[in-house]
Amino acid sequence: MAHEKHFDHVTGTETTGHVWDDDIRELNKPLPKWWLYVMYATIVWGIGYWIAYPAWPTLSGYTKGMLGYSQRSEVAADIAQAKAAQDTFRQAIDKTPLADIKQSPELMQFAMAGGAALFGENCAACHGRGAQGATGYPNLNDDDWLWGGTLDTIHKTISYGIRSSHEQTHATAMPRFGLDGALDAAQINDVASHVRLMAGLDADKEQAARGAATFADQCAVCHNPDGTGNTEMGAPNLVDSIWLYGNSQQQVAASIATGRGGIMPAWEGRLDPVSIKMLTVYVHALGGGK
Amino acid sequence: MSTRWEAASKHKPPLVQRERSSIATILVMPDHAKRTANDYITGAAVSEAAPGVMRHDVQAVAHKKPITLGVDAGPGRIAYASREHVYPKKAHGRYRTIKWAIMAVTLAIYYVVPWLRYSRGEGLPSQAILFDFEHQRLYFGPLEIWAQEFYYVTGLLVISALGLFLVTSVAGRMWCGYACPQTVWTDLMIAVERYWQGDRNAHMRLDNGPWTFEKIWKKAATHASWLFIGLMTGGAFVFYFRDAPTLAMELVNGTAPAVAYAFLAIFTGTTYLLGGIAREQVCIYMCPWPRIQGAMLDRHSLLVSYRAAIGEPRGSHKKNETWDNRGNCVDCKACVAVCPMGIDIRNGAQLECIQCALCIDACDEIMDKVGRPRGLIDYTTEHNLASATAGPRDGLRIFRPRTLLYAGLIVLVGGLMGTALLNRADLEISVLADRNPQFVTLSDGSLRNGYTIKIVNKAGTERSVRIDVSGIDGVTTVIAGAKDAGSVLTVPPADVRAVKIFVTLPRDRAGQRHGASTPLDITVTDTATGVASTRQTAFHGPNG
Repeated sequence: MAHEKHFDHVTGTETTGHVWDDDIRELNKPLPKWWLYVMYATIVWGIGYWIAYPAWPTLSGYTKGMLGYSQRSEVAADIAQAKAAQDTFRQAIDKTPLADIKQSPELMQFAMAGGAALFGENCAACHGRGAQGATGYPNLNDDDWLWGGTLDTIHKTISYGIRSSHEQTHATAMPRFGLDGALDAAQINDVASHVRLMAGLDADKEQAARGAATFADQCAVCHNPDGTGNTEMGAPNLVDSIWLYGNSQQQVAASIATGRGGIMPAWEGRLDPVSIKMLTVYVHALGGGK
Repeated sequence: MSTRWEAASKHKPPLVQRERSSIATILVMPDHAKRTANDYITGAAVSEAAPGVMRHDVQAVAHKKPITLGVDAGPGRIAYASREHVYPKKAHGRYRTIKWAIMAVTLAIYYVVPWLRYSRGEGLPSQAILFDFEHQRLYFGPLEIWAQEFYYVTGLLVISALGLFLVTSVAGRMWCGYACPQTVWTDLMIAVERYWQGDRNAHMRLDNGPWTFEKIWKKAATHASWLFIGLMTGGAFVFYFRDAPTLAMELVNGTAPAVAYAFLAIFTGTTYLLGGIAREQVCIYMCPWPRIQGAMLDRHSLLVSYRAAIGEPRGSHKKNETWDNRGNCVDCKACVAVCPMGIDIRNGAQLECIQCALCIDACDEIMDKVGRPRGLIDYTTEHNLASATAGPRDGLRIFRPRTLLYAGLIVLVGGLMGTALLNRADLEISVLADRNPQFVTLSDGSLRNGYTIKIVNKAGTERSVRIDVSGIDGVTTVIAGAKDAGSVLTVPPADVRAVKIFVTLPRDRAGQRHGASTPLDITVTDTATGVASTRQTAFHGPNG
């Protein structure tokens, strides 16, 4: 910088020496030192980062960095660590009989938390996030169980499924009385009236009286003569307040005509035994377990 | 860019210009002061201000020349000036003694408090003051603040802020001058610096001299001492957050949590940087309080002030010369030399002044020597400064609308917090009604609702509690996992227990419901003391 220093006369500040349009000058307002040094430090840091960590894309991939760091391996390590932390509990659940899990508050807490997560991942698609069910998909919160509500029966249902491909699955199904021609439309309507009357709903007494005989012939085998059902056969209780497929005359008649047989996959093989146990405990504790 | 910058900073204006200020226009600037800044590097006293009183060769480095737009400032004003090092001379006197005492007390509090013990019973920390972030609890002796009660801490901060307002309106920046950690630690750092490098003049000679072995070891010893103080500061800080004796062992063994080492390092670094290196710059440039405090001051606030009415006109005083027709200020600049902020108090109230009162000590010492009354620099008010005859604290008005307002607000907030604290329940219940599903129809036609209940036991002992449901006749309650509805549950000391309950309304009682949502009260009662806490929730069912 060979030129003379020039100072602005109004502010007394040195100018940069550039002149525009004869007399316009720029005040020399340099960046503060600390600011400059911080910027240089960030540049040095940035270069160091490129060397140490994955940074630049290449044609076939990216620069890996000297430290060999990757977010993927970090996640894998985190998951492995979490799994290891769960191992003691999982082993304890594996060894503990189903009925005894609730004796230990720690095991119960672990099973409930794990069961809730497993339920959300595997069961909620049909039964709903809160296990509240839907038409054709049972509500698991209530005390009405098609295949039994004890820990053991719930465990069996989850493991083998209902009408699934598993050998030990619950296989019995309700005949299609109307579609297969066993009963005609009038008979079906009569049986529907009888069922509704048994359950305490309004129905045509005359039709019901006719339907009673048909019920005794065709339905009582599975549903019991008094309509209370049989969890061995998966035959629902017809005289309670819970109707999986609806309780209007039309809906009940439709159930008789087409037969009902919901399906549920077997979870044995898909989930490990400890997970099935935790799910069992969770479903049992939703409020309706027997 | 740096070349330009250095070129600019070398071009310093003459001292006379730099010290010019609004007040300076009425001052008579002594001839010897018309020197350039470069002449002021020796630190030696150059002349006698009065018999036996040497004039300090010092300039108020932190007092910048005011900018007046439109006035030709002449060459040499620079946009960014380097900080000029302040070499505060050691003061002796009343206020210095008070400051030493306050430093000793505040540092003692800081270092001793984490080691105070307080027994709370088994399973609970036995440290009197503990900020247990890990378990989200703040312990103050017998008081235990839970995370959801943080408003008590907020209240404490509000009261502290109001206290600061009150003190400031009465006596200026008392906090800044005496009790602020920045002031206390800087004072400590300066004391350590003086121990190694000597007082002002010796220190300046050392700094301006060549890098001899003596200079190197003195500097090294100073910085090592500062870092050690920083380490101790950070070391004491982390003890507030984890059981102190345990953590002390862990820190030594290398088994302490990483966050403890991180904060130790942060506080070591910041103490060294802010207390040792940055010092007055923190107060002048970083701290927001100096900018705010002006709003709390008025003409009746006590401020450390130079009483120009009895000080001016200033000037050297020779033996046997009369004191008539002149002021008491002999312009010895002792007040400037001791100032840790690098200002000249004689220029009036300034943003940079932290009101540490060391200039009062310095001036009183000189006044004693020249045989004039003390108090040329003193705590006084703007109101009294305006009068030629008023004493420093004549007609002092401490009770003014402003101070009464601040005091009233402190009493109000303190009263609110105190009332809340005294009525604080140590047994609480929170209820979360199941949302999905809101209700369940059971096979006999009854309706069931589920609730997650959290029972909060803030007492230091285990409690037995009972859960009661009321508001709807005929409901039955089942506690999940318990034998029967009347079961007594135990809640561990200072803990929360969550339980699930199912409330069932039989079909024949359906008339008890009103619409889709019926109010329901859930009460938790301590079976031993009868203390109870109730929450209203809702019992849900199908509409109609």
